[in-house]
Amino acid sequence: MVRYILKRILQAGICLLGISVIVFFLSHLSGDPALLMAPPEAKPEDIQALRVTLGLDKPLHVQFWMFISKAVQGDFGQSIRWGKPCLEVWLIRFPNTLLLGGAAMAFTLVVGIPTGILSAVKAGRWFDNFGKAFALAGQSMPVFWVGIMLMLLFSVILRWLPTSGMGSWQHLIMPAFALGWYFTAAITRLSRSAMLDILDSEYIKMARIKGVPEVLVILKHGFRNAMIPVVTLAALNIVTLLNGTVITETVFNWPGIGRLIVDSIFARDYPMVQTCVLIASGLFISTNLIVDILYAYIDPRIKYQ
Amino acid sequence: MGNLQPIGEVAETAQASGRSGWTPLRGALRGIPRTPVAILLLFLFCGIFGSFITPHDPMKTDLGAAKTPPSWQKGGSTKYLLGTDAFGRDILSRIIRGAGISLQVGFAVVVFAGTLGAMIALLSGYLGGWVDAVLMRITDMFLSMPYLMIAIALAAVLGPSKHNIILIMAILGWAGYARVLRGEVLRIKGSDFIKLAIVARAGKARIMLRHIFPNIVNTLVVLATLQLGIVIIMESSLSFLGLGVPPPEPAWGSMVADGRVIMFSSWWVSTWPGIAILLVVLSCNLLGDWLRLRLDPKFRQL
Amino acid sequence: MISKDNILEVQNLKTYFYTSRGVVKAVDGVSFELKKGETLGLVGESGCGKSITCLSIIRLVPRPAGHIVGGKVLLEGEDLLLKSEKEVTRIRGRRITMILQDPMVSLNPLFTIGEQVAEPIRIHQKLGKLAVWEKVIEMLRLVRIPSPEVRMREYPHQMSGGMRQRIAGAMTLSCQPDILIADEPTTALDLTIQAQFLSLLKEIQEKANLSMIVVTHDFGIIARVCERVAVMYAGKIVESASTRELFNHPQHPYTIALLNSLPKMEVKADRLYSIEGQPPELHALPPGCSFSPRCPYVMKVCLKDYPPQKEITSGHYASCWLRT
Repeated sequence: MVRYILKRILQAGICLLGISVIVFFLSHLSGDPALLMAPPEAKPEDIQALRVTLGLDKPLHVQFWMFISKAVQGDFGQSIRWGKPCLEVWLIRFPNTLLLGGAAMAFTLVVGIPTGILSAVKAGRWFDNFGKAFALAGQSMPVFWVGIMLMLLFSVILRWLPTSGMGSWQHLIMPAFALGWYFTAAITRLSRSAMLDILDSEYIKMARIKGVPEVLVILKHGFRNAMIPVVTLAALNIVTLLNGTVITETVFNWPGIGRLIVDSIFARDYPMVQTCVLIASGLFISTNLIVDILYAYIDPRIKYQ
Repeated sequence: MGNLQPIGEVAETAQASGRSGWTPLRGALRGIPRTPVAILLLFLFCGIFGSFITPHDPMKTDLGAAKTPPSWQKGGSTKYLLGTDAFGRDILSRIIRGAGISLQVGFAVVVFAGTLGAMIALLSGYLGGWVDAVLMRITDMFLSMPYLMIAIALAAVLGPSKHNIILIMAILGWAGYARVLRGEVLRIKGSDFIKLAIVARAGKARIMLRHIFPNIVNTLVVLATLQLGIVIIMESSLSFLGLGVPPPEPAWGSMVADGRVIMFSSWWVSTWPGIAILLVVLSCNLLGDWLRLRLDPKFRQL
Repeated sequence: MISKDNILEVQNLKTYFYTSRGVVKAVDGVSFELKKGETLGLVGESGCGKSITCLSIIRLVPRPAGHIVGGKVLLEGEDLLLKSEKEVTRIRGRRITMILQDPMVSLNPLFTIGEQVAEPIRIHQKLGKLAVWEKVIEMLRLVRIPSPEVRMREYPHQMSGGMRQRIAGAMTLSCQPDILIADEPTTALDLTIQAQFLSLLKEIQEKANLSMIVVTHDFGIIARVCERVAVMYAGKIVESASTRELFNHPQHPYTIALLNSLPKMEVKADRLYSIEGQPPELHALPPGCSFSPRCPYVMKVCLKDYPPQKEITSGHYASCWLRT
């Protein structure tokens, strides 16, 4: 077990390293970063000075090493747009995204899993057809469109909710719904198919043979087994949520990480972009890692491998 | 569920064995769901012949007719069936032209990513050893990346253009194919007919191409169909942000973005392109699901 | 005919599956009796309906396609098909129970052995916590699991196929049921383990006066453990008799063919006898006798009407036009 954990951590580390290489080269891709970051009226000497400050005159691998070692200490450089350390800017925005993501996740779990399971239990009946249609439609709509349609309905036509910004719980509803929409559809489908698979299995038949009441068969025997693939995929798909925040926060003007990265990209604030992408990747990789380890605990078969 | 399953060995052998050569797809196409295919063919037609069937020039502006509502609403006219946008451009024509863009990008990405992913899966799965280890590490790395974030970062850096986003999405997308197809390759590798081929001293490349590949084509097709929908959504998201196919090309995503600023007065500008996306992606998903059930009944958890 | 000795009587049971390809008559008028303490064998090829018959008895026919459309299942006189779902749930595990074919998948991988054996005890019997665990250990000892106190904290994947099947036995027998249905209980086990398992079942049966239905396609098992046999083909019972009678004087051509296909040690043969043709498609059965396409003695009347059941000698029944 310990060996398994160590192996996974090593793999995660290599992943992160690889991604940081890519991220590092982002700002070098479209030419000289100093040129990009300097104000338009800068003179050649200023640009050269900027180059030295940024360490751009040193060979690439030295630059990379500097980049990595500083990043590990939490120094991601200075944001060009905000004039503050990148990490600081990021940390201010992050709780907002957490709030949004948490609300979306809650929506997903509370709506998605029971819908999927009920669909499976009532396979073939009207609820199942409704569940399947809902899930399919949900995965066929882009997040930005869902957001805008919601705005049309609730802000323009009904005038119940404010269109954008962050403030009260009314501001949270639509973005959370839009963000969670795709994920909910995916979870519903997954819960349904996992549950259907499980309900077909011999040990479920065995539980019924033993005289276990049907409710317990579904909840105790079926649910727990079905949740393994669901939880795994759910956790692994948190990144889709992260991806979704980019769009959702832009549509609803929510001051979180997603909007930060979009704004930074348009402002050519490369240090900020690098910070955002690197941290996002790191978060994703560590989530995967934690999920893998937890998985080993839930499913006793893995422990003994 | 509920079909009386033949108990015993017969069912097992039918499912577990592969075959040398190509599995005939034709017989399997019976019972294909007609509506999704019809919708996809319709959009495909629009995509290829769009320039001939648009009622108006999608790029032509007509400020006098700006923000015309759809024909059935007050103030609308049959000249502009679905209404016009802020510059007086006909929405319907732009949607038809946009179909070409979305489908071009979609197919290109799916073909590139799928091919690359399949090649890597074949090499990785069949050759095993350190080749497998290295390729899988790389695949994992690509799978661990926040796709959209990197896509928009790259798109911004390289400049928004059709070719760039095809390249970006293909580079970020192959990993999904590789991971799944490698599993299939491993499964087939253990089959008897592969062992026979090895005994017959067939070369590695020959085995991979002639024996293994035809057996993973089914999975590849299912993945590709489902991925097409995802790519279209991605492309429209990038276009929405202004980082995808640049204006004045009428990418559906940018059309929705255009409509957003005039949402309070003109609901139709954002709505129709989104419905187009919904229809295409829904059809892809339905078709992909049907293909999955048809081509590989064991294929559940994806 | 309700006899005092019969613990179970199945009368004209019909279970159909409604599929996209038509109605599959998986069980089409099956009748048999099970006496107290007796072992009845149900034999036939794969797909003949033996498993569905057993599932129908305990009302676990796979939904939504399957439906029990007719007949009676009398457990000591009471018709199980008329009972409510709640009542049937209480009967399952307590009075009738079943062991499934593949022990590798019959146990829930997430729960310990002890937990799974304890479950029916907790549901059907009012015992204190400690008493439940004592019963679990007692049952595990009964099925000859070594060191039950240790084993019961382990998980199914840590056990061999033979052990898992024995644990399934412990699970199902813990509440002293009247009837045990064993659906191909040894098919998935190694040959050497098979004999052990069967003798274990026989032992338990004698101790508890348990009535058993053993479903199998293996005549060796029939010979070993069953007092009576019923032969099934395409959803119907074509012949039933005491084991000895059936082996010595088979009446139905299908039974004869089955027995002929068993390789005999003393007989030298270049080719093994096998029955011609394929088992029928259950949604498209031929008119008349279902075996007629493959029957070497087929007559004109066989293609028109299904033969009625005839009592050949006392207790020996067969449905064949040859015997009318």
